[in-house]
Amino acid sequence: MTVLDVANLTKIYGDACGECVDNTGPSVGDNQCPVCGSVVACADVDFQLHDGEVLGIVGESGSGKSSLAEMLALDLDATAGDARYHAYDGNMLSADYQARHELQNQHVGMVHQHVQDGLELSFSGGGNVAEKLLAAGWRHYGDIRDRVESLFRETEVPVSRMDDATETYSGGMQRRIQIAKAIANDPGLVVLDEPTTGLDVSVQARVLDMFRGLQREQDVATIVVSHDLDVIRLLADRTLVMRHGRVIETGLTDRIMEDPHHEYTQTLINSVI
Amino acid sequence: MTDGRSVVPDAESVDDLLDGVADDGLAGYNYAYLDEHTKREVRRATLKAIALPGHQVPFASREMPLARGWGTGGIQTSLSLLGPEDAFKVIDQGSDESVNAANIRRLASRTADVETTTDATDASVIQTRHRIPEEVLDDDQILVLQVPITDPLRRVDGSDDANRRRHAHKNYSKMWVALYENVVEYGEIKLSSRYPVLVDDRYLMDPSPIPRWDVPKLDDADNLCLFAAGREARIYAVPPHTEVEPLAFKDRQFQVERFPDQACANCGSEDTFLTEVETDDGDRRYACNDTSFCEKRRANPDLSKAHHRDGNDHAWGPATDPSVPDGPTENSEGGERE
Repeated sequence: MTVLDVANLTKIYGDACGECVDNTGPSVGDNQCPVCGSVVACADVDFQLHDGEVLGIVGESGSGKSSLAEMLALDLDATAGDARYHAYDGNMLSADYQARHELQNQHVGMVHQHVQDGLELSFSGGGNVAEKLLAAGWRHYGDIRDRVESLFRETEVPVSRMDDATETYSGGMQRRIQIAKAIANDPGLVVLDEPTTGLDVSVQARVLDMFRGLQREQDVATIVVSHDLDVIRLLADRTLVMRHGRVIETGLTDRIMEDPHHEYTQTLINSVI
Repeated sequence: MTDGRSVVPDAESVDDLLDGVADDGLAGYNYAYLDEHTKREVRRATLKAIALPGHQVPFASREMPLARGWGTGGIQTSLSLLGPEDAFKVIDQGSDESVNAANIRRLASRTADVETTTDATDASVIQTRHRIPEEVLDDDQILVLQVPITDPLRRVDGSDDANRRRHAHKNYSKMWVALYENVVEYGEIKLSSRYPVLVDDRYLMDPSPIPRWDVPKLDDADNLCLFAAGREARIYAVPPHTEVEPLAFKDRQFQVERFPDQACANCGSEDTFLTEVETDDGDRRYACNDTSFCEKRRANPDLSKAHHRDGNDHAWGPATDPSVPDGPTENSEGGERE
């Protein structure tokens, strides 16, 4: 089953002159329009995401990965495009505030690159996770506590730290709390934006391992955005390679890693290995 | 009215000047102090507030002869309602005799020519700060509450802009998280005043700093409640017979203040909201906060809170009133904390 069907997704920052998309991209070698100066974060992105599938989005800094992730998590308005989510009737990118909130609460979980975008640092870790449940209408304190506790266990955060302020947590714990929050309401889609950036290597491995376990167990469709090819290799079934705001290559992750077709992808893979 | 200019040449001191206008009173002012346009504007905001229970309606909020934050919203609302037939009562934290209450009452009686009273059952308009009377209000009475902070969400987010958007979409999850954390910390919801309530299952409302004791009185009341904030220039309302539900969890219920084994030192009441007072000797004792009802109880200790309504047909306030059999239930789980 197709969980998400995205067509023609475009984000332009600035007052677009109408020819921005034609004036930018890999063929030009830039993502800033020479006519009006607008930045084309991403343009004409098409892909489908299937049940239980993990889609990796990889690219250098400024290639439009995060804009793409935020638009799909409905945190950022798209300039143009069409995204069909299986449990929503219509283009979810043009959903009104109310519908968007319902989608974010019930269907789309997001793990932000910056902790302060995803968590209220003055709230306790448990409170941050509970917010999702409360927003979805949970009103029984005991049930909420139980659910938060089991989410802490699943994401391997010490339950004893549940009631401490989130700002006292380590970076790895904050990342796990974000994951716990993202999966709290059993969403159909999870978007991870740079899930391991800023964590040391051993913590990275454990966060990824934990998430891979959860993802398989719950069979949730996932989009992972990362500049780190190892993260993509570990998590993603299929991969999009982005550059200058365009998708330049798509394919099974194994194929991309072993037999990259596009010149840029080849450089990318080689520079890592 | 004395022509002010003619007084000045003869005056030798400020006292002389004041003597010169002593008999003028408030002659020359419009009826009920405010001009008719202002009153009409306040009434319009009031009507809109009644039409949208719990929604904060902006109004112009004029300069008043006392500082904003001292009841200017309440005064403007009261004065726009009062007519010569009305009886006006002003309460300041349960007391009719505080300076502010007495002055507001005097302003109304001088400018609006209304009768004033301290008896809650006689008044047609009651302006109050931080209390709702113990005696049950009727459908022909209007309660005007003075409000310092209009938005309950400001507890959790300082941005009024973001909060207005939350109200528009009934998105109150942040307030719920604050309550959740409150229970985590204390085992029960411990908010002493300004307890957030959901009005008519739609708008989250700050009931003004009334104690939790008074919050149940707002639910399905016979009377109209108006909330007015002069500093913030907002009016909101709970119309009669509107559902007002304090936010609480299914297993952590809303609770009123408890006064275990205490009775009013003056009248002996055990079913009223008590405050701890320190006597001149340094002793501490509990006394009724609502002084006018306390006086009635002193004369008649068995007086029901609904004595003027034949004593039966009401449900007002916490279950401690013996004449209310089924009030909000006390929750035993948090009972170990006092």
